[in-house]
Order: sequence, then structure tokens, then C-alpha cells
Amino acid sequence: MMRFAALFDAIDRTTKTNEKLSALISYYLEANQSDAAWATYFLCGYKLRQLVPTKLLRVWAVEEANVPSWLFDESYHSVGDLAETLTLIVPPGEMLDDLSLTHWVEQRLIPLRAMEEVEQRDAVVSIWKQSPVQMRLVILKLITGAFRVGVSKSIVTRAIAEYAGVASDVISHRLMGTWKPSSLFFESLISKEVQDTIASQPYPFCLAHPIDHELGPESIGEAKDYAAEWKWDGIRGQLIRRDAKVFIWSRGEDLMENRWPEIESAAQLLPDGTVLDGEILASLGENQVLPFANLQKRIGRKVVSNKLLKEVPVIFQAFDLLQDAGEDMRSRPFSERRQRLDRLLSTIDHPNLCRTQLLPGTSWEEWSKIRDQSREMNAEGLMLKRWDASYEVGRVRGVWWKWKVSPYTIDAVLIYAQKGHGKRSGLYTDYTFALWEGETLVPFAKAYSGLDNAEIKRVDQFIRQNTRESFGPVRSVAPALVMEIAFEGLQRSPRHKSGIATRFPRIVRWRHDKKPEDANTLAQLLDLLPKSE
Amino acid sequence: MKDILESTSQGLYCVPGDFYVDPQVPVERAVVTHAHSDHARWGCRRYLGAQPCEQLLRLRMSPDAEFRFLPYGETLTVGGVQLSFHPAGHILGSAQVRLEYRGQVALITGDYKLGTDPTCEPWEPVRCHWMISESTFGLPIYRWPTQATVFDSINQWWRACRDEGKCCLLYGYAIGKSQRLLAGLDPTIGKIYCHGAVEKGNDAYRRSGITLPETIYVGSVPAKQDWRGAMVVAVPSVHGAPWVKKFGRCSTAMASGWMAVRGARRRRSVDRGFVLSDHVDWPSLLTAIDACNPETVWLTHGYTASVARYLVEQGRDAKVLDLRGRNEGDEDATDDVTDDIINNVVGDVTNAFATDGNDSLSGDGKSP
Repeated sequence: MMRFAALFDAIDRTTKTNEKLSALISYYLEANQSDAAWATYFLCGYKLRQLVPTKLLRVWAVEEANVPSWLFDESYHSVGDLAETLTLIVPPGEMLDDLSLTHWVEQRLIPLRAMEEVEQRDAVVSIWKQSPVQMRLVILKLITGAFRVGVSKSIVTRAIAEYAGVASDVISHRLMGTWKPSSLFFESLISKEVQDTIASQPYPFCLAHPIDHELGPESIGEAKDYAAEWKWDGIRGQLIRRDAKVFIWSRGEDLMENRWPEIESAAQLLPDGTVLDGEILASLGENQVLPFANLQKRIGRKVVSNKLLKEVPVIFQAFDLLQDAGEDMRSRPFSERRQRLDRLLSTIDHPNLCRTQLLPGTSWEEWSKIRDQSREMNAEGLMLKRWDASYEVGRVRGVWWKWKVSPYTIDAVLIYAQKGHGKRSGLYTDYTFALWEGETLVPFAKAYSGLDNAEIKRVDQFIRQNTRESFGPVRSVAPALVMEIAFEGLQRSPRHKSGIATRFPRIVRWRHDKKPEDANTLAQLLDLLPKSE
Repeated sequence: MKDILESTSQGLYCVPGDFYVDPQVPVERAVVTHAHSDHARWGCRRYLGAQPCEQLLRLRMSPDAEFRFLPYGETLTVGGVQLSFHPAGHILGSAQVRLEYRGQVALITGDYKLGTDPTCEPWEPVRCHWMISESTFGLPIYRWPTQATVFDSINQWWRACRDEGKCCLLYGYAIGKSQRLLAGLDPTIGKIYCHGAVEKGNDAYRRSGITLPETIYVGSVPAKQDWRGAMVVAVPSVHGAPWVKKFGRCSTAMASGWMAVRGARRRRSVDRGFVLSDHVDWPSLLTAIDACNPETVWLTHGYTASVARYLVEQGRDAKVLDLRGRNEGDEDATDDVTDDIINNVVGDVTNAFATDGNDSLSGDGKSP
């Protein structure tokens, strides 16, 4: 376990990809296959289902540290990370034996879930007593499900590919979907032999690069080399029809079972050996896509009621064909894949399974005009795809481009602040912004990103010196700082004080030139609501 | 406590003795706990400190001032107040100030720690009625590992870097932290170099009779130096500055109590963070208060409100002493009390010191 904790540390303390890669490779060289499988599992972002309720962990930490619970809370706000607070607050333990990662996970952590509370407590306390700080942090992060470290799945994939001498596309595909971490799995993961595809296993997704707003689409070449489609605002999905079964995967590699019954039943019509890439959308019919807020009502519902099915019907809008009649199509050019997609779907006439429309036009000007209508279409902009490109793994430059509409912006006043997490723990970096309604400032959005480190430090200092009141970790501050806030969309929401919810709000810049009274009003925000509402 | 000490905008003022303890502005008569510049303020007329503090204080303060030094434990009577210094264990010459007036005893701890440190006298408990204690790291998440463990990992890091052909850059404050680091380094691993400000501190330490391993002033080395395997001890402000370019491939590390928290470590963007502090951690803060057993504890610096509330709940009389108007557990956002004060409050003064940027034997090396 110390070895895995050391790997965590080595990755954590560097920002250089090469150093992360070499730390990973030397781990794989040393670890047995079972440990390597578990390490891969966690590094790829898979988690153990909740082992112990967080509330209990707090209670036991408070008892073991012999401090009042309010002091735990203050410590937590200062550290900005629960597992780390649980690690630091309890006096350090002493390690008896350094047992393997597999032993820890399978013998000590997973069994926690089935235990009675009293037993759980004893087990957790003994973990505290037997772990030095470095190892304890990793274990507690596994227990709380907050294990995250600065590697992407693609870096892990590269490291395994290099270690095993297998192409990284192959490793990437083998790592898709659900798998059980075991030495058997790891052995097949690094095997040089070609393997059969498991029916449910999805392909790695091809991702798009944004077009630089300043440079415009001319920067990516000529329009004739590209196909243009709407960039719909839904859930990216891969629809698999194999072995007479249907599997729908999200981009986050969640197998979305029973979530989209209307799509699943439509997909029964597809021939075996078909894989489609597309977008799950709330839609009343062709080109009648509903705002994302509607789809949100269905996300996270395990069981979908009949009422909701009627209210928010969903469709799968395919835009690519990855497997056709059992054949892997990914290395074929988009022009051919699209043709085969058209042929395939024209035979299946189902309202819940359709193709995305290719937009007419042959020049950037024409497409630019179409793009201007994105908001009315409930689209985020356009997608541009090279006709001659194969379907790539991950975010490869030059293949797919997203050409989004400019975000909405509004000038708002900072009124509340809270300390951030992770790298920004201890600093006030989480801000709430407000707009004027008559003489009062009404909070409308929280924003966390957009300022550089020097600006963050200045805002932090301002907040400390201009606090009016503290409500737990939240401070209300004198309304003096004006910032320009950008967001992707907005919708009515009874849950927000302003009556409006914004999507992806973030700070564009600090408006030093504006006084708080120059900030925008809530009425001006309401004016931005889509006219259809 | 009003009979002895008053908290004024200029700092703690002893009324019957007519002097300030660690004043925040230049005053006529200053009693100082130690030589860090947020405690020993530049520009006072007269300074009184503990005897072992002499070299450091003379190094840092204007030579025009009048100095007087008192051995630990010896009493001086000023205006009816009996004053004595007692080891604080923070850095060389650091002292707690004990003031006795009409049978009542006040203790001003200054900065202090309880752990071992080969470069200064260990902290001693002083029984008192009023204790004014720092609480920079006054949260239960701060629990220092033993000094031996920390030095083991520092030396291990150095050895690993040497084997990879890298140079080690270890950051610590110019006086105190740097010398404690030097004393813990294993000079058999390689050569040790120091930044100018650190080297000046080293001289003062050596003049005070503290043994340090052999060090070389970075500025005295010829231009085409091979820095592989070397250890360079420097002040934190050079991190990322052009000064460090000459060392080539290097691994950077910071030694500070703040390094206990991962976020603070990552924000610093150094390769390694070693948890080594010259302040009391949570357990030793409580130990110290119990040992001094005061009737009332006044807390300054750091998490004052949290510590006061905790102590009150434990049945002690404890209050927040707002010395600088920034005592809200907010110092976690800054690098260190010392670093922060130098950069913000007395920036002008240190500027007057620094000549050519950061590395100069005549400069302080901590220009903002």
C-alpha cells in the first residue's frame, strides 16, 4: 500500500506529463497484476461504492481526535478536503505491516460495507491506528470515494501501453466500459494477442476541439473539407446493438440501463453488430429539441414514470456509425461512415432513433449565418467534421471542431465568498454574484473560475478585509467588486432566489472600471431568456 | 492584566515599565522576543533582547540603535517591573518575555515551539497569571512529525536527486529555518550552497557558537559551475525567479508547517513540501498552556478564535488578543507570518536593504 501511496504522491506533486508517465510505468513494473489492476481501476476514476457513511467517519474522527465537532468543521473549511481532514485530525498511527493494495481493498475496505456500525467503527479506528499520514490519505480517499489524482485516463492508457508494448488504441478500447479489477483482467489488458470484443464494450469516444473565437473557422482550413451539423445540447451517448441486446453508454462510461426506454426499444430494430455515436436529446420531433433543463428532469432518475415519459420524450440522434454489420468502421473516412449511417437508418423509420441533419452550405459565411440561429434551435453552435477523417480516440486535433456561439455575459457584483478546495483550499475562491433589483442585490450565480492567481490573491485579501458577516464558512462582503460573468444558457428556476438558473457561469474578467452601481439588473438578465418561454 | 500590559495600536505596551514588547511601529524602547522582522521592528531607538539573540538582532537592525542583552533567566527591573527572558525554542535567541509587577506575572511567548532543534535552546515552561500565546497553527490538523523523520525524508530526497543528476533547491526563511535545515542535512551526500541572505544568517549563527555544516555562498562560485548533486538553501522569494535558472535541472522543496496541507503544498508549486515548523502545533500548544497554567490565555496570530473557544470549553479563561487586526485564522492563506509581513508591511525598509535583486551579501534577499 505504501507503494501505491508513493505513486499517488509522485503524480500529485508534478504537473509534467512525462514525470507522471514515468512514475506510472515504474509502478507497473514493480506491482503484481492484481495490484496493477486495482491501481488502474482507481487511477481511471472508478470508485468503490460508498463503504461507510461520511457522517459516521466525521463522528469517529471527532472522537478519536478528542476535539469538539465544530472544531472538526473549522478544520475542514481550512483544509478544503474531507478525506484529508480525516487524515490530519486524528493523531498519526503506526504501521505494523505494509500489505498490498489488493489486500487493503479486498480484505479491509470492501468488507466495511457489509459491517454493522460498531464493527465498522472498530475497523476504521484500526485503519487510523495503523497508517502513517501519506498512506492514510489514500485509504481515506478510497473510503470516501473521493480518490482523484492528476492523471487522465489517457495518461494511464499511455503508461500501460508503453509498459506492455501494446498500441494505446487497443489498451484504450480494452479499458472502456465495465470491468472487474483482477489479475486476470490485467493479464488480458496487456495481452499482445487480439481478443474478441465483449458485447457491451463501447469504443473510446472521439472528442472535438473548440474553434478559437478570435481566429474563426478560417483557421481550420476550407469549408469544402468539412461537414457541418448542429451542436446539440444533450447527453453524448454510444448506442450498441450486439448479441440481440442493447447497451447505451454515456461519455463518462456509465452504462445507462433502463434510463431511456424509448430509445432502447427503437434500437431493437437495428441489426446485430451496430454501434452508433450520437446525442440523447429531449425532443418533440425533428428539429424540435427542448432546452437541456427538460433532459435534466430525466437524468438521475433510475425509474422513469409514464408521466415523465410523456412530458419529456427523448430521442437518440445519431451522427456517426462506428460498427456496421459487425465491422469496425472507425478507420474509414467520415464521408463513408455517414453514407452507411444514412443507408442504415433510412431503413429504420422510428421517431426515437434519427440522424442529425447535415447543414446546407459550402462556405464559412453561409454556416456562420446558420450558426447565428443556434439559440432559437436550442443548439450550442455548430460541429464541423472533416469528411476524410477517421474516427479517432479522444481529443485529436484537426478532426472534429466545435464552433460554439458566444456566451451570454453580464456585469455582476460579488456579495458572498467561500473558501475553495484542492489547490485553492484556504483561499476565498468560490464567489456568489448578484444583480440589482431596485435598491437590493439579488444573488443569481456562483462562479469559481476565470481569475488568475494574482487576481485571486487580491480578491482573497479584499474579502478578508471587507467581511460583513459570516454564516458558517460563507462570508458576506461589502458589495464593491464588479466582474463580468459569462454563461452558456439560462432558464427559469423556482429554486433560485433570482428565479433564474444559469449554465456554466464563470468569470470573464474583473471590471476594475465599473462601480457596483454600474452592474446590470435582474431585469436585464430576464431579457435574455429565450422568447419561447 | 491592564496593570502591566495594554494592547495598543502600536503593539503591546507595558505601562509601569514604559516599553513595548515586539512593537509594530518604531518606538523609543522595544523589548523583542526574537529577530524576525515582524517582531523586531526596524527603526526603534533602543532594543532589549535575550543574550543569544545579539548577533541576529545586530544583523537585522540599524547599527545606530542602542542594544542591550540579558541572559536567559536573569532579571532586570524597569519601572518596578521585573523583566526576564526564557527560551522559546523558535530560533536562535528567541525568548518568552516574563513580566512581574506587584506579584502578578504576565508571559509573552512570542513565537515558540516545543520540539527539538539543535540550533537553539529548548522552550521552557514559565508559570504565569496571564499568558499571551501565539496560535499560528492552532487547529488540530497541525501535528508535526518528529524532526528526525523530516530530516530523513529531506536527506533521502537529496540523495535521490543527486543520483538523478539534479540539483536540490530547498527553501526556508533566511534566519532560523535555514540554519535548522542546515543542521539537519547530511553533508556526506554532497556540497551545500547558500543564498546570500541565508549565508549572512549562517555567519551570525556561527558567531553565536552554533555548529553548522560547511556552506558555500552561491555568489562566490564561478559562472561555469556544475550544480548536479548540490544542495542549495535559499529564501522562498527566489522561487521561479531568474536567480534559480543557473542551477539547471533541479528539484525544489519548501520546508514549512503549512506544507502539512496538500492544497498549500500544491499552491506553492514546489516539487516537495516538508513539514518543518518553528511554531507550536496543536498538541504542543495545549501542552504549553497546561504547563504554564495561566489564569487567562490571550491568543494572537492565526486561529485565535478557534483556540480561544476550545480552551473556554475546556474550562479555561481564554480570549483573543487582536494585535494586528487580522487574527481570523486567515494566515493559512499566506506563506508564513514572517514572509508575509516582510513582503507587505515593511517592504519599504527591506527594499532599502536589497541592492541587486535577491542575491547579495549586503542585502536582505527578501525584496518584495
